[in-house]
Amino acid sequence: MLSFVTKNRFLPVWLLGLCLLPALASATPPVGSDAFAQAVERLQVKSYKEREAAVAALISSQDERVKPVLEAMLNARLFYTKKDKITVIGIKTKDGFSITGVLDQKSLGNASKSQLKKIKVNNKLRRILRAGIAALTLSDPAPEVRLSAVKQMYGKLGNAGIQILTTHFETETDSKVREEIQTLLHIHDLSSDDRNTVLKAVAALSKSLHPEVRNKLELLKDSTDQEISAASGDALKHIQEQLAFYAKVKTAFFGLSLGSVLVLAAIGLAITFGVMGVINMAHGELIMLGAYTTYVIQQLMPQYIGMSLLVAIPAAFLVSGAVGILIERLVIRHLYGRPLETLLATFGISLILQQTVRTIFSPLNRSVETPQWMSGFLEINPALSLTYNRLYIILFCLLVFAVLFLVIKKTSLGLSVRAVSQNRAMARAMGIRASRVDALTFGLGSGIAGIAGVALSQITNVGPNMGQDYIIDSFMVVVFGGVGNLWGTLIGGFSLGIANKFMEPWAGAVLAKILVLVFIILFIQKRPRGLFPQKGRVN
Amino acid sequence: MFYMLKGDRGGQALLLLLSIAVVLVPVLNLVVPEGHALHVSTFTVTLLGKYLAFALLAVAVDLVWGYMGILSLGHGAFFALGGYAMGMYLMLQIGDRGVYGNPDLPDFMVFLNWQEVPWFWQGFDNFWFAMIMVALVPGLLAFVFGALAFRSRVTGVYLSIMTQALTYALMLAFFRNEMGFGGNNGLTDFKDILGFSLQSDSTRVALFIASAAALALGYLACRAIVVSRLGKVVVAIRDTEDRVRFIGYRVDHIKLAIFTFSAVLAGIAGALYVPQVGIINPGEFSPLRSIELVVWVAIGGRATLYGAVLGAFIVNYSKTYLTGAAPEVWLFALGALFVLVTLYLPNGLAGLSKKKEAAA
Repeated sequence: MLSFVTKNRFLPVWLLGLCLLPALASATPPVGSDAFAQAVERLQVKSYKEREAAVAALISSQDERVKPVLEAMLNARLFYTKKDKITVIGIKTKDGFSITGVLDQKSLGNASKSQLKKIKVNNKLRRILRAGIAALTLSDPAPEVRLSAVKQMYGKLGNAGIQILTTHFETETDSKVREEIQTLLHIHDLSSDDRNTVLKAVAALSKSLHPEVRNKLELLKDSTDQEISAASGDALKHIQEQLAFYAKVKTAFFGLSLGSVLVLAAIGLAITFGVMGVINMAHGELIMLGAYTTYVIQQLMPQYIGMSLLVAIPAAFLVSGAVGILIERLVIRHLYGRPLETLLATFGISLILQQTVRTIFSPLNRSVETPQWMSGFLEINPALSLTYNRLYIILFCLLVFAVLFLVIKKTSLGLSVRAVSQNRAMARAMGIRASRVDALTFGLGSGIAGIAGVALSQITNVGPNMGQDYIIDSFMVVVFGGVGNLWGTLIGGFSLGIANKFMEPWAGAVLAKILVLVFIILFIQKRPRGLFPQKGRVN
Repeated sequence: MFYMLKGDRGGQALLLLLSIAVVLVPVLNLVVPEGHALHVSTFTVTLLGKYLAFALLAVAVDLVWGYMGILSLGHGAFFALGGYAMGMYLMLQIGDRGVYGNPDLPDFMVFLNWQEVPWFWQGFDNFWFAMIMVALVPGLLAFVFGALAFRSRVTGVYLSIMTQALTYALMLAFFRNEMGFGGNNGLTDFKDILGFSLQSDSTRVALFIASAAALALGYLACRAIVVSRLGKVVVAIRDTEDRVRFIGYRVDHIKLAIFTFSAVLAGIAGALYVPQVGIINPGEFSPLRSIELVVWVAIGGRATLYGAVLGAFIVNYSKTYLTGAAPEVWLFALGALFVLVTLYLPNGLAGLSKKKEAAA
């Protein structure tokens, strides 16, 4: 189907060799290094015409040293020594150039400017060089390299580029690269003089989300040709619909990631508040302790940033869990049945923890590094790319939830926790040590808060006040979802996150948050026990 | 006339102290020359005036928490709303003495390129209108919020968290420049009130006296409610709400009335606070502030009213002292106070004296 691209076009002689390139990329160059050496020598001629021929010969020499030479030439770094006529690549230093021979690739030390002669390029030569480099990259064995080479050609496509792509397309095996090349060629066809070519291209591009396509179609819409104008209008409309759809998907993704942050922050509270009925105002500070644990672990193993995060998860669980058990044993134990007093006492604890961290680590924010595997993004199509750190947070949130859910539902500890929360007296009569269960439950909830801190350290600042930013949100999520119900927390957190993100575009971030708060306040009036009410000790 | 103080020795002492202070402090400030050992500086007068405003706020909280059992974590919001109403009046008194010299618009509106004063600022150039708003705005908010919450029987911890969400939402809202309340910086740079310069000693003394009078009146009013039949029902609601409802009282109406009255008191306290400290900003809405003022009441002793005044003075004096002398210790001290008082002093300092009386 690509025959219409190649037909009627003059194929420069020097490109002929390229047709063979991809097929031969892995094989040893048959032409030998002599061809390369000769071509390099020919670069030193005065006439640009001759030099063009030399570049063509260079490319067809199939030598692996070609690409750096072409790149050096394009960047005006290719010279030859006036004395020995050796072609070299020169890197500018303080006094003159540090030069490397092209043929033997050995360093030749320093040379002053007067000892060297630059191999000059003009605009036409530059185009040829770029196309040549692109063609050489296209023959790279790794599909990702080829894909990025194709992507770099958008908007810089001359006739030469079209030839290279067309010829390369025949031999390309990777479907992603093929698709990309096809889009590129179709975009080129949009500016063709032939009506049918244009119409075909428009039809083919009506599914493409590439921004370049939109620009081109926008122009074509004003075309005098009725048919073309109508076709591109339809294609544009189709594309806009798709874009609007993907924009929604993206917002939903942001909402999910915000929701998972909320769930992570709130899920520990769902245990301490939801199951035990303890109003733990220090919950935010337990999250903060988890984040600081991550920071300390990174300081301890600076060479293994990627590993440190995995080490930090159990460490944060232990640190926050231990602090939680300490709080329970020292303070909360004496206040069971007096929820408002618990609220005040734990608030006091939160102030003490904040000030402790401020004294030890300074009041300034600490920066926690993001490991390599967390950065970057997953590109699904040109209109939709998902950042890895958000993606991992969502997965991590679901994982933590699943583990916690299993602990509560399937382990003997979970059984005791549920028994004590449903009927304390009866549980004790059955031989469950209620006060030990209290301490462990509180430790579990606090430990989960610590794990949330590890995740939050990757997306927000780690500072003494970070806990306060989450405490109100966490309570809102738990109350909204229904106290004493883990599923409620999960669904509540996600729906609040998504609602927040969908309101943000027209309301702004702060107003969206206010609206969500007002909504929850009103919602609780209607359903005082939240989305999924459940019986627990809170009654 | 003071029937409500019968048997309330703490209240009697408080009113006595207030009357002495109202006479003595102005004399020591205005008549006794500066440098004299007995001279009270204007700074101290203002500080005392500020504590008096806080004390009134604490009394308002004690009324709903101590007597009615509603732990409001949002009373800072009512206080701040009253403060903002007063601040808006003071702001419009600046006239063309602002940095930009615009006779009609406050500085921050000029800065935001606004052409005219928004509708909700209309009328605030009139002192009496502003004073009505000081009571009306917090009262209305409390009325609407309370009507919704009490009718659907949101109680206990849930209600506390909702009040906290309320003040948090208001804080976020007031931080926005678009709200028209000066955003982050709030309202400040006030010049005069009713034509008297806020910088002069006599205005400061007058504000001090006004605060003391407001505290005395607020105290008497709360006390009058507490000793009345209404007060008995209120305490009964605190102890067993359901039974009171079954007997036939409209619990939600009573709660709403007390809650709204308390919010109005808090608003008045805010209005007295702002001219003395010279600034009101969204920080007053922060949940931390609201929780802090609950601690004043807890330390002083719940359900005593005079305990709230005592607590407000003690905590705020230590705050003034500690944040000056050793700032890093303040949060430790406040945190420890929270924990120790709830664990070991459930009835606060007032409870200590009662215990002694009982022992004797």
